[in-house]
Amino acid sequence: MTTEDKSMTNTDYLTQSDAVKQRFDRLKQREVILEVKGLSKIYKTAKGETTALKNISFKTHRREFVCVIGPSGCGKSTLARILAGLESYNGGEALLDGKPITGPGRDRGMVFQGYTLFPWRTVKENVMFGLQMNNITTNEAAREADQWLDLVGLEKFANAYPHELSGGMKQRVAIARALVNQPRILLMDEPFGALDAQTRCKMQTHLLEIWRNIDITIVFITHDLDEAIFLADRILVLKAHPGEVMELIEVPVSRPRSVEQLFSPEFLATKARLEALIHPKEETDTNEIPIQQRMLRFVNIEDNVE
Amino acid sequence: MRFSSNVSSWFNVRQELSPERRKIVGWASFLLPILLWCAVSYVPFIWHPMVVVQQAGDVDYFQTDMLVTREVFDEEVANMQNDGKRLPEGKAANPIYLPAPHEVAKAFYTAFTTEPAQKEGLWLHQSLWQSIQVIFWGFFISSLIGVPLGILCGTYSVFSRLFEPFIEFFRYLPAPAFGALMVAILGIYDGPKIAIIVIGTFFQQVLIISNTTRKLDYSLLEAAMTLGTNKFKLLWHVVIPGILPDLYRDLRILLGWAWTYLIVAELIGTSSGITLFITQQARYQHFENVYAAIFIIGFIGLGSDLMLAWLGKRLFAWNKAVNKE
Repeated sequence: MTTEDKSMTNTDYLTQSDAVKQRFDRLKQREVILEVKGLSKIYKTAKGETTALKNISFKTHRREFVCVIGPSGCGKSTLARILAGLESYNGGEALLDGKPITGPGRDRGMVFQGYTLFPWRTVKENVMFGLQMNNITTNEAAREADQWLDLVGLEKFANAYPHELSGGMKQRVAIARALVNQPRILLMDEPFGALDAQTRCKMQTHLLEIWRNIDITIVFITHDLDEAIFLADRILVLKAHPGEVMELIEVPVSRPRSVEQLFSPEFLATKARLEALIHPKEETDTNEIPIQQRMLRFVNIEDNVE
Repeated sequence: MRFSSNVSSWFNVRQELSPERRKIVGWASFLLPILLWCAVSYVPFIWHPMVVVQQAGDVDYFQTDMLVTREVFDEEVANMQNDGKRLPEGKAANPIYLPAPHEVAKAFYTAFTTEPAQKEGLWLHQSLWQSIQVIFWGFFISSLIGVPLGILCGTYSVFSRLFEPFIEFFRYLPAPAFGALMVAILGIYDGPKIAIIVIGTFFQQVLIISNTTRKLDYSLLEAAMTLGTNKFKLLWHVVIPGILPDLYRDLRILLGWAWTYLIVAELIGTSSGITLFITQQARYQHFENVYAAIFIIGFIGLGSDLMLAWLGKRLFAWNKAVNKE
């Protein structure tokens, strides 16, 4: 909260209705599942060291839905990968149920942006995979897989191979595959990033439906502001170079969420705040080549399209 | 207009042809060389540098069916004319080493039905069977060690660093160079021949398979790890099933290479198999049999590859890339 600029900050997003406030109070009374304390990650490259994450701290309570958002290069994917145990970290702590994360494990499920389904296994066999790897008999695994396929609505495709599915369906299988292990948290790294707008919207609603019905805490990485507000209880906003926490926003939009809320005042206020944090007006992003305001004209001056 | 656009549509860059056109071009691939061969064999003025004597005339050393060069024949005709003797008669012909297609076609049948020249000699099908056995055992022994080693090298860096540098060196040593050594170690029969095929296949096999293994999408392994798969289960439940179609394709290609080592391998020690058949037929100048035998190797090779490709499609129905082939 170092670069607080009052002139462009609208504080409406901080006002919460009573219902929302009560929800947050209840949420914070739940036990802490994930605790990140002063986490940092440094990449050593030929050119020297790059700090990907610097002093990240936050807590997530049981059955909370947290979105992590930030510009490209803020290390939000790295954070998810560290939590999954797929990457090491250089400083600080990441605790799941009070125990430090040392490597990948079935207590943290992950859904990737690329679908990562096993192409040689049918949909059902994909969902069974996690159980089989953890020494559960095939019969038992098949029975459980059926239940989870039911939950994501793909029971009819149990015997299809991944290449026969659409992107949205693949991601539903990936969610079922991760949830069948009954992890403590579900990490989702831009899971809907590759989907078209319409499918993404359906998947968001579907995901909220799943989340409401099972005991799962979700950490969801995205760069889409609407998606973050629509899904999250709280939004962890990161900034780039180095990746640091700018703010942990409590989303004032009431639950259950619906598409109509996209234009509610709370939603718009939150979005305005996120815009201000992620795309500050005066700073030009040094990573991007600026778009030229005045272009050379290559067509006849009278041939106007607008 | 219609026609010209049709002609250019045969040459669309990296676009697949229609099924009918694919069929046409596929047949043409074999028909063109055969047509060329027919032209050279049956059209006298294209090549035919020799003359086959039909009537010796008064040339004392000419005999019926003797092949002489055109220069010698023309010279003798001129000599006989000068001496006023009977002229020899002859017909333009190709050299003995280029039999006509119909002769080779006939040899496909007769080669199998002609009794071996020597008593202890082998029939053609017996020679072929010998060769196929040598290939099979060579490829089988190589794969028995090469496939697991390749997969291990592609999966665990420690194996890759331990084995690949030496294998990289060894694969440059030409397999036939080990012929004499292998005879000294393994005797003169099938042992050294199989060993040459193993040496020729194994080292390439390890490197190719380790490369294929490394190409497996790492995110599949990551996904498996987040589902609680341990390091050792990853190998059996993710790496191996994931690379299987590519591994299968690699083995098909490597089997083709193994065939190319066959002839050299069979010359080592006592020659055997199809190579012995070919060298003997060439010694007796039965070149139509030589061609027939060479083509049979081609048919066996192509035939087995097509069969394996067909089988691969059934086995790996889940693989999109294979289905598109």
